[in-house]
Amino acid sequence: MAANAGAAERETVLSVQNVKKKIGGKPIIHGISFDVRAGEIFGFLGPNGSGKTTTIRMLVDLIKPTEGRILICGEDVNRHPERALRHVGCIVENPEMYGYLTGWENLEHFARMQEGITRQRIAEVVEIVGLGKPIHDKVKTYSLGMRQRLGIAQALLGRPKLLILDEPTNGLDPKGIKELRDFVRGLADSGMSLFISSHLLGEIQLMCDRVAIIARGRVLAVGGVDELIGQAGAYTVWQLDRPEEGRRLLAGDPSVKLIAEEEHRIDEALLATLPGGIVTKMEPDAVPRWVERFVRAGIRVLAAQKIAPSLEELFLKLTEGETIG
Amino acid sequence: MGNLLALIHNETIKIWKKKRFAVIVLVLIVLIPVFVYAQLKVTENNAQKFKDWRGELQQRITDNTNSLGSDRIPEEWKRWRRALVQQLQYYLDHDINPNSPNAVTFTRGFLNNAVTMFIPLMVLAIASDLVSSERSTGTVKMLLTRPVRRWRVLFSKLAALTLYTSLVVVTNAVLCYLIAGLAFGYGGWGEPVFVGFRIHGADVDTSSVHAVPQGVYLLMQTGLVWYSAMTVALIALMVSVLVRSTAASFVTMMAAVIAGSILANMSSSWHTAKYLFSVNLDLTSYLAGSPPPIEGMTLGFSLLILAVWGAAALFVSFFVFTKQDVLN
Repeated sequence: MAANAGAAERETVLSVQNVKKKIGGKPIIHGISFDVRAGEIFGFLGPNGSGKTTTIRMLVDLIKPTEGRILICGEDVNRHPERALRHVGCIVENPEMYGYLTGWENLEHFARMQEGITRQRIAEVVEIVGLGKPIHDKVKTYSLGMRQRLGIAQALLGRPKLLILDEPTNGLDPKGIKELRDFVRGLADSGMSLFISSHLLGEIQLMCDRVAIIARGRVLAVGGVDELIGQAGAYTVWQLDRPEEGRRLLAGDPSVKLIAEEEHRIDEALLATLPGGIVTKMEPDAVPRWVERFVRAGIRVLAAQKIAPSLEELFLKLTEGETIG
Repeated sequence: MGNLLALIHNETIKIWKKKRFAVIVLVLIVLIPVFVYAQLKVTENNAQKFKDWRGELQQRITDNTNSLGSDRIPEEWKRWRRALVQQLQYYLDHDINPNSPNAVTFTRGFLNNAVTMFIPLMVLAIASDLVSSERSTGTVKMLLTRPVRRWRVLFSKLAALTLYTSLVVVTNAVLCYLIAGLAFGYGGWGEPVFVGFRIHGADVDTSSVHAVPQGVYLLMQTGLVWYSAMTVALIALMVSVLVRSTAASFVTMMAAVIAGSILANMSSSWHTAKYLFSVNLDLTSYLAGSPPPIEGMTLGFSLLILAVWGAAALFVSFFVFTKQDVLN
């Protein structure tokens, strides 16, 4: 991708331009480029060990790129970190804070590292993340969820234009994940850009507007979440009371693709809830027609479920059969 | 600049809240009375054995002179004893009791003994995990992703370390004086102490020996203790930047310091050992006029060696800290 691609209607907050990184002479990142625009939630999707964390560390000047540039609000992160990082709040991996200080003291500590953060602003971010009274307890007594909140509060202190969260749902329970999603959406609505990494396709799909897919240190694709993830094609799984008959019926339609068990890569845990399910690929508008056909043929439909392709499958599609580690 | 002061404020708070300094004060409050008690026993014992201190001095001179004649005593020891005899003789001639205990003499003695091991140990308690703990707990990722240049972060740590090192030295002297005073009385500031002994091979050159009030002597001594404590602090800071684990960082530094004091006791024939920093930490012994562990070492030489080590450690710390990729 050229350096100035993605010059869109909206302001570019983060611009990664042909960034390469070698560690110990071994290339880890092979020239990646993408842009994040103002007010969007940008997903950074890749399996573990694909170079996600290395890239994120380069975005916030923890690691220096061997080649290429990273601009945040037009400032080079590597050359002027003190200017570029003013616009960034981030949590790299786990939200680690000083356990021997209270939550409030931690926030004061980080507030002192940037000009113009008042006591009032600290109180404000505590309010935003809803930490409440425990803010005056020592951080070593905090649960993971509370640490996460404190980490986000810290990241929000300087009113950043870009918030970087590295695998933010790790270790959260479903309720926590839902809260985080709503929270992230709220921040984006207020004009902030978010950069969220994950190895879970579903998570990115639920949270993000656009996505960059990375594997083995290369960006395979950048685009809208729906177009990219839709591209791989979802499965429709049918659970019928007389599956053999249904299968015969489905096989008769050339626009429906029956998928054999060894061909798909749907999570087994998902399929376990649909015993005897018939895995098919069909156009979304064909589904209601088929329900009618089954009913007319006297086959009762117990369930018809759409299942998104797995990340692995998406990668297979993008790399065209090349398997990924 | 406001920014830099805020950063130093941060680092000072972190060291304070880790309660390292509180532990150091606690250790001193427990240990100093033990030493004071031991000193009290020694004094009582001496008072019983020797009716008058002049007799004791004369006795020590005779003992040492006699041992010079023995073939079984190595040449290095003999040299030291010869110097000691000359000093004792000097005290005797000028009617000064070197053992008269008071709070100031006790503090003087304590600092003399503490400078090579005890004070470095306390400095290490603060310096060893200054950077390594940020890395092992992962907080370095928060610290270095704020809009502050890395050298400023390290500089603020250095400033806080300097502050606490100074505080450790002063606390040692003050606590020592206060606690010893309970047993020996708080006087002794004006008592004369002789400085200016210069060692040339086997001779003690007493030509420039003059008396200074003990208070002034204590001040000079504290300054020298501070100097060697700062050198240890700077080198520990470097090790803390280089080594990820706090335990490894502490052990490395402690081993270096201990190795120095062992070498100082045995390596009078290995001359290049005098360029090691830990052999040079015992600055106060120059003041007291004791012979140096290795021939050719002088106060100026040791100050220079420590300065070179400190400067090199600072350079490495800043170079590595500002360039390093944070991978963990």
